[in-house]
Amino acid sequence: MYFLKKVMLTALVLIGAATCSFMMLRMLPGDPAEALAGPQAALEDVETVRHSLDLDKPVARQYVTYMSNMAKGDLGYSFRSRRPVVDEIKARWPATLRLSLTSMLVAIACGVPLGIFAAQKRGKLADTVSMVLSFVGVSMPSFWLGMLLIVCFSVKFQLLPFSGDDEALNYVLPSLTLGLGVAANIARMTRASMLETLGQDYVRTARGKGLTEFRVVKVHALRNAAVPIVTIIGLQLGALLGGQVVTETLFVWPGLGRMIVDSLNARDYMVVQGGILVLAATFAILNLLTDLLCKALDPRIRL
Amino acid sequence: MALRSVRQFLKNPSACVGLLILLALILACLFSSHLVPYSPYDQNLKEKLLQPSIAHLMGTDEFGRDVLVRILVGTKYSLTSGFVSVLLSLLGGLLIGIPAGYLGGPLDKALMVVCDIMLAFPGILMAMALAMVIGPGIYTPMITVGISSIPVFARLIRVQFLTLREALFVEAMRSAGAGGLRIALKHILPNALGPILVQSTLRMGVAIVTAATLSFLGLGAQPPAPEWGTMLNSARTYFMTAAYLAMFPGLAITVSVIAINLVGDALRDHLDPKLRER
Repeated sequence: MYFLKKVMLTALVLIGAATCSFMMLRMLPGDPAEALAGPQAALEDVETVRHSLDLDKPVARQYVTYMSNMAKGDLGYSFRSRRPVVDEIKARWPATLRLSLTSMLVAIACGVPLGIFAAQKRGKLADTVSMVLSFVGVSMPSFWLGMLLIVCFSVKFQLLPFSGDDEALNYVLPSLTLGLGVAANIARMTRASMLETLGQDYVRTARGKGLTEFRVVKVHALRNAAVPIVTIIGLQLGALLGGQVVTETLFVWPGLGRMIVDSLNARDYMVVQGGILVLAATFAILNLLTDLLCKALDPRIRL
Repeated sequence: MALRSVRQFLKNPSACVGLLILLALILACLFSSHLVPYSPYDQNLKEKLLQPSIAHLMGTDEFGRDVLVRILVGTKYSLTSGFVSVLLSLLGGLLIGIPAGYLGGPLDKALMVVCDIMLAFPGILMAMALAMVIGPGIYTPMITVGISSIPVFARLIRVQFLTLREALFVEAMRSAGAGGLRIALKHILPNALGPILVQSTLRMGVAIVTAATLSFLGLGAQPPAPEWGTMLNSARTYFMTAAYLAMFPGLAITVSVIAINLVGDALRDHLDPKLRER
C-alpha cells in the first residue's frame, strides 16, 4: 500500500512536470512554432514544427499531442543539430550520471565521518572547527568553490586538469566542486542526528555493557541515526542535480547540464525543456528510492 | 516586551556578527562613491588587469575598472534580489498555505500536489525554465527564484495553520462569532510569524546564491552591471592571467550569505528553542 501510494505520487509528479514544460513552451515570446524551429529556420521547418505539435489546433488538442509524443519518447528536434532531442539526451546522459556518482561519493565520504567525528567531540575545539567549516561550505556558491579549485590546482600548481572527461584525474575537481557543498549539509545533519541518538538510554546501556566506543557508535548510535541522514542525502540529490548545471558549464563537461545552458543561450528551446524534464524525472525517481530505503532502514516508518 | 525580546536576541554573538556584517555591506554600498575614488562603469583600458595594489585594493578588470568599487556597488543587486525574491515567495506561500491549512479538505490536497510537483524540480532548474520564458535581465533572478521557492513557504505556512486552527484561542474566537478570514489573518498569522521569519531569513541566503548562479550562467544581470555572479562569469576568461578576478566577487557572495545565515540560525534559536541545534 505504502509502495503503491508513493509510486502513484511519483507518476503524478512526472505528469505534472511534463504539463509545466508544455505550458512553458506555449509562453515563449512570439510565435511558438518560430521560436521552436530556431532563428534561421526555413519556412517549411516552421511549418513542420507547427504540424508535429498541432500548434494550429486548439490548446487541448495540442496538449494531447504533446503528451502522447512524449509517451512515445518523442521530445522534438534540436534545430541546431537537426537530431531528435532524445538522441542528444542519450549522448549526454552517461557523463552526467558518472559525475553525479563520483560527487555523491565525495559528499558521503566527507560529510558522514565529519558529522560523526564532530558529534563525538561535542563542544571541543575539533567540533567547533568542523562546524565552522561546514557552515562556510553551506554558505558558499558551488561555482565559486570550483573557480577557487581551478585557480589553485590547475593554474597555480598545475596538478589537475580542469576540462575534459576522458581520464580519472578529470573527475577530481568537478566532483569536489559538486560534492563538498553537499558534504557540508550532510555533516551538519549527521552531527545533529548523532547527538540525538548518543543521548538515548540504549546507548548508555551499550556503554554500560563495556562495549568499545567504536561498536557503540557504529552498531547502536549510527544505525538509529541513519534515517534522517539518508533522508537528507536523498534531498541533497536534488541540489546535486541542480548544481550539475553550473559545474558542467564551469568545467566544460559534456553532460546534460551544459547541454541545457548552451541550448538556452542559443534559444534551442526543445532541447532545454527535454533536458530539464529528464533531470526532474531523475530527481523524482531518486526521491522515491530514498523513501523506500528509509523504510527498509526503519520498519517503524509507516505512511 | 518586544523590546526586551530584541535586546535578548542581540545578546547572541552570532546574531550581532551577522547583523554588523550586513550593516557594513549596506553602508559601504550606499557610500561607495565616497570610499573609493573610481567609477564602477567608466572604462580605462590603460589600466586594465592590474594586480591588487594600494591604488586598486582588489585590482582592475579587463576594462580597467576598479574591482573594489564594482563589488561595493554590486551589493545592492544581491541583497535586493535576496529580499525581493523572498518577499515574492512569502506572498505566494501565504496565498496557497493559508487556505490549504485553514480550510483543509480536497482544496488542501490539490494545492499540496501542485507544491509537490513544483518541488520535483530542483530549484535552479525551475528558475532556468522560467528564465527561458522571461529572458535575461536584472529582474529575472528575483522573479524566477521567488516563484520557484513558493512551495517551500506554502508548505511551512500550511503546517502552521493546520496546527494552530485547533488551538484553544482559535476555538474561543470562533465561538465568539469571529469570521474565518479575521481569525486566519488577525489571530493565527501573528502566532505563526516566528517560524515564517526564520525560514524567510534562511531562504534569503539560498536566494542570493541562486540569483548569482543564474547571472553566472548568463541568465540574470548582463554586463556591464557590476552583479557578483556576472563578474565571476567574466572572470572565467582570465584564470591564467588574473586569478584575483575570480576571488573577490565570490568572497563577497560568501560573506553576505554567511552573515544572513548567522542571523537566521540565531533567530531560530531565539524564537524556537526546541529546534535548537545541539
